[in-house]
Amino acid sequence: MSRSEGVETSSRQKAKALAGLRFGDAIFRGLTQTAAVSVLLVLSGVIVSLVIGSLPALRMFGFGFLTSEVWNPVTEKFGALAAILGTVTTSLIAMVIAVPVGLGVAIFLTELCPQWLRRPIGIAIELLAGIPSIIYGIWGLFVFAPFVQSSIEPGLIAIFGHVPVFSSIFAGPPYGIGTLTAGFVLAIMVLPFVASVSRDVFDTVPPVLKESAYGMGCTKWEVVRRVVVPYTRVGVIGGAMLGLGRALGETMAVTFVIGNAHKISASILAPGTTISATIANEFTEAVGDLYTSSLIALGLILFVITFLVLAAARLMLMRLERQKGA
Amino acid sequence: MSEALYASRRRSNVIVMGLCYAATAFGLGFLALILGTLFWRGLVGLNLAVFTQMTPPPGSSGGLLNAIMGSLLMTSLGVVIGTPLGMLAGTYMAEYGRHSRLASIVRFINDILLSAPSIVIGLFVYEIMVAPMGHFSAIAGVVALAILVVPVVVRTTEDMLLLVPTSLREAAAALGMPRSHVILRVAFKAARAGLITGVLLAIARVSGETAPLLFTSLNNQFWSSDLNAPMSSLPIVIFQFALSPYADWQQLAWTGALLITVTVLALSIVARWLGTSRTAT
Repeated sequence: MSRSEGVETSSRQKAKALAGLRFGDAIFRGLTQTAAVSVLLVLSGVIVSLVIGSLPALRMFGFGFLTSEVWNPVTEKFGALAAILGTVTTSLIAMVIAVPVGLGVAIFLTELCPQWLRRPIGIAIELLAGIPSIIYGIWGLFVFAPFVQSSIEPGLIAIFGHVPVFSSIFAGPPYGIGTLTAGFVLAIMVLPFVASVSRDVFDTVPPVLKESAYGMGCTKWEVVRRVVVPYTRVGVIGGAMLGLGRALGETMAVTFVIGNAHKISASILAPGTTISATIANEFTEAVGDLYTSSLIALGLILFVITFLVLAAARLMLMRLERQKGA
Repeated sequence: MSEALYASRRRSNVIVMGLCYAATAFGLGFLALILGTLFWRGLVGLNLAVFTQMTPPPGSSGGLLNAIMGSLLMTSLGVVIGTPLGMLAGTYMAEYGRHSRLASIVRFINDILLSAPSIVIGLFVYEIMVAPMGHFSAIAGVVALAILVVPVVVRTTEDMLLLVPTSLREAAAALGMPRSHVILRVAFKAARAGLITGVLLAIARVSGETAPLLFTSLNNQFWSSDLNAPMSSLPIVIFQFALSPYADWQQLAWTGALLITVTVLALSIVARWLGTSRTAT
């Protein structure tokens, strides 16, 4: 009698312990799911708070905010055009330099580099991709900008000064700081990034494809152009757009060397501004709701642009991954 | 005819491959130049005072003690808040919802947050914390850094858990282990080195972040450990001092930049070493 009672209690205890475990399981699952959802909440929170913050400016200026060049805190007239154009121009300059050079580095690493040197150079490039942008900024300000001012810009002005069209792009006194310098510093910053993504993408090409091309007597360049690049085109474009996303939103590397001038200039030697540099320079000093709201509206525009670019890049890279998996 | 064709093919090959060599030399050369300058100008000002004295007013000597401590405090708190959240989210994506719609959406959004402009995160935290509280504070800076930590940790946690062989999980489940124990005691243990790598990478990522701190924790010229008040940090001090006209301040900016770079490089190297030692076993 007492024995069966003991069995009963022990089985009841077991059931209790199992229920406890099941409860713990459900709690843990719920916790992880909540955390996953909170990632989505952060993103929507960012968007919602930026929209709310920029409402006063958008209501005041309407669509004209996007098309007006005026940025005058004194009269409280704000327009984003100069900053948007500056962001686009510096990023374009950066991509024009960083993409070909980055692809060159990737080709070097996958096709030309001796095997023993591949890992060290690859690692060095990946480490450099992690250096904080403020380092590039301080270098750009103290070392690169004076060099550009004394050596590069006078040359550019002398060469292009009498060529139509180019004379206005490379016009004006050599300041050292300006759109061109900012674009170049950005290029150096995104270069390791573009190079390491392209290298990873190039590595996905099945060796058999390259070997058969080499077997037919193709030169290295022909293999790269006819086999590697067609096979990885989507991935390379995706990697370049990831780099573009970084360049568009980059703040510190640009803020140091752009000059923070709110005017649109045909010359890329002149000081300009970008969205992120404007926010970084002026936000803490902004007086009045409209000024603050205009800066937040700039942030919203920047976020929307980078979101679109990054989303497109990710979709492309995802397509490549699916193709690799198939 | 065919000889000419061969010659032209060979010529274009030599030209393009030469350009690739040049690109590598150009890229690595510039990066080496930056690091070289940084060490050259940073080491000059590196002395004990940097670690023992507060940031000076213009024209006098001093150190970076309050900035270093502020950075350490805010970075570690940011990592302490962001890491559990990121690990849980990564766990959901790798273990529970591996092929679910939610996981793939979170993965996509997370990858975007990973490279979203950090200054926008600063604006966001300003909106939700600084503006309602009415003043800048270190805790706002901590939140901004934590938001930047999350995507890095989510990404590495998911990747590392996916590397754990399913047979391990099945073996544990066959012993009657509940799912949460399988994940925490078996999968996490197997992926431990990788998870630590992720945290180190996250620390490396946020320790140099400047933009999100500009209008959250602001700056403080004096020693402060009050989380409810503005706090100094290395990146902000570098930003302020580098743009100043005073030679003392500029020198401190270079030294601070060197400290950050060495920290970030050391963290990434340890992370990489942990990652490869795991795959080697």
